[in-house]
Formats: sequence, C-alpha cells, structure tokens
Amino acid sequence: MKRRKNIGLISICLLLIVSSFVIGSIRGGEFSGADDQIAESVNQVNKDYKPWYKSIWKPPSAEIESLLFAIQAAMGAGFIGYYIGIKKNAKDNTGPFKD
Amino acid sequence: MKKKYISLLSLMLIISLGSNVYAMHIAEGFLPKMWCGFYFIISMPFVIIGLKQIRIKTKTNKDIKMLIGLVAAYCFVLSAMKIPSVTGSCSHPTGTGLAAIVFGPFVASVVSSVVLLFQALLLAHGGITTLGANLFSMGIAGPIVSYLIYIGFKNKNKKKAIFFSAMLGDLTTYMVTSIQLAVAFPSITGGVITSFIKFASIFAITQLPLAIVEGILTLIIFEFLESHSGKELKDLSEVR
Repeated sequence: MKRRKNIGLISICLLLIVSSFVIGSIRGGEFSGADDQIAESVNQVNKDYKPWYKSIWKPPSAEIESLLFAIQAAMGAGFIGYYIGIKKNAKDNTGPFKD
Repeated sequence: MKKKYISLLSLMLIISLGSNVYAMHIAEGFLPKMWCGFYFIISMPFVIIGLKQIRIKTKTNKDIKMLIGLVAAYCFVLSAMKIPSVTGSCSHPTGTGLAAIVFGPFVASVVSSVVLLFQALLLAHGGITTLGANLFSMGIAGPIVSYLIYIGFKNKNKKKAIFFSAMLGDLTTYMVTSIQLAVAFPSITGGVITSFIKFASIFAITQLPLAIVEGILTLIIFEFLESHSGKELKDLSEVR
C-alpha cells in the first residue's frame, strides 16, 4: 500500500519534470542554465557593473563539471541508501532470540 | 485532485511565461562588496548557533548524528539535480526543507553552508564572495519559512504541512535571491521594485515545478523517517 503510494508520488514528480521539459522545449528554451545568465540579467539592469572577483578555480570543461555534479549527487544518494538500509534492517531483524 | 491541480498549473505557466533568463545562486563577484560583507555578517551567527546545536544534540546520541548525515545527504542530492523547467532553462531544488523540519533552521544553515562551499569551490557554482548572500537565501530565509510552516500546521494536517513547508521554503529561497539582486541592482528607470519584479517573475516561474517536486520528495523521505526513525525524531522534539 505504502509502496504503491510512493510510486504514485514519484511518478507525479517525473510527470512534472517531463511536462516542464516539454513546455520549455516548445518555447524554444536552450536549458543552458549557466551562471552567466545572471550576468545577462544584471547587465540589462546595470550596464556598467563588472564582477569584481573571479572564481579561484573553474572546472576545465563541461565534462569535468558534470563529473563533479555526479559525485555530489552520488555521495548524497549513497548515504541515503546506506541510511535506509540500516534502518530497514534494524526494524526487520530484531535478533535471533526474539520471536 | 492532484492531476487537476497539475494541469491547471501547467496551463497557468504556459500563459504567464516571460523571458528565458534565470539564475540559481548568485555567481562569484556578482554582488557589490558592501553587500557581500553585509550578508556574511548576518549569516555567520546562524551557522555558529547551528554548529552549537549540532554539538549538543549529537553528544550522547549516535543515531542523531546519522540523521544529520541523512538530511545533509538529501540536500546534496537535491541541489546537484539541475532540472529543466517550463521557462526553457534549468534550475535546482534546495533540499533544505527536510533539515529545517527535522532539526530546525539553524542546523539547516550549517547543512547549506557545506553544500554551498562544495559547489563554490569545486564547481564554480555560486561563489566564495557571494557565499554569505547565498547562505542567507538558501540556508536561513528558506529554512525559517519551512520551519514556521511546519510548526504552525503540523497538528492540523501533517502531510500537507510537510509538503508546503518544503515547497514554500524552496520558493522563498529564490524570492530572497531576487530581492538581494534587486536591492544591489536597482533598475535605473524604476528602482528596486522594477528590478525585483523582473528577477522574481523569472525565478518564481522557473522554480515552481521544482518546488512541487521538492515538496513531494521531502514528504516521501519524512514518512520513511517517521516509521523507521521515530525514536530519533521524538528525542529531537524533546530536546527542542
């Protein structure tokens, strides 16, 4: 029952993401999402502004950047999985002497 | 009921779409020095109080330490997921709602500062100079809203309380970011308010579907915690 409910909830999430992707595509979006788009909007408001500080280190390519993002997500997801595993086990496995 | 809500929402979005510009965290150097310092000074006390709270809460209870790990991991995952949105650009959820619901806004500030530092140093996403400002929006304003909504409505309808707490916390983060940008870059013709409307209308629309996704995911995780980590949650509510 609970599993079915969770699957339902996750499908709603997926549906939302996919439909926003479709709507975004129809509108001709590029899905770029880089931070320099902030620069664009700031420049529209204030043409004279120059960023006064540059990042110390930038990922050398989009591949490296996506690698680092994947690492970030994997670390998080790994820990969540670990936690869920422990907790599930702790509840189901109450020890050999308990019936 | 939900389906109706979604289709209504998508319709609303298609009608109200504006331009393609969007942003997530404020990028390195994109805030005048004075504001960088200002937000650092405001944000630091929250992180310090959060660290103290973590120390007190985890002193005797190892399970709570694990639970902090979980809310941090959740924040890591969600803020790494750049999700396409209706405006044709990508943004990501914040994931701080769960931390705020379970541990309160101060611990959420600590969790966000870890995530923001990771992204600023390794991913050139956000920045060191704008860390204070981003921390203020993602680690303080958002979690405070989440926490208040959860506390205010948890006795009426807990599920809805959690959903809206995470969702509105997420939206608050991006609204505060727009305010921060608008105050730093008032429009020459219309001042702060014109700038704010410009930034906020873009952010709010991009972020809305993502905020709903975050609300749903937070609800799923929290229900798991309730049935499997009930003891820790109870301990925490007693400490508070």
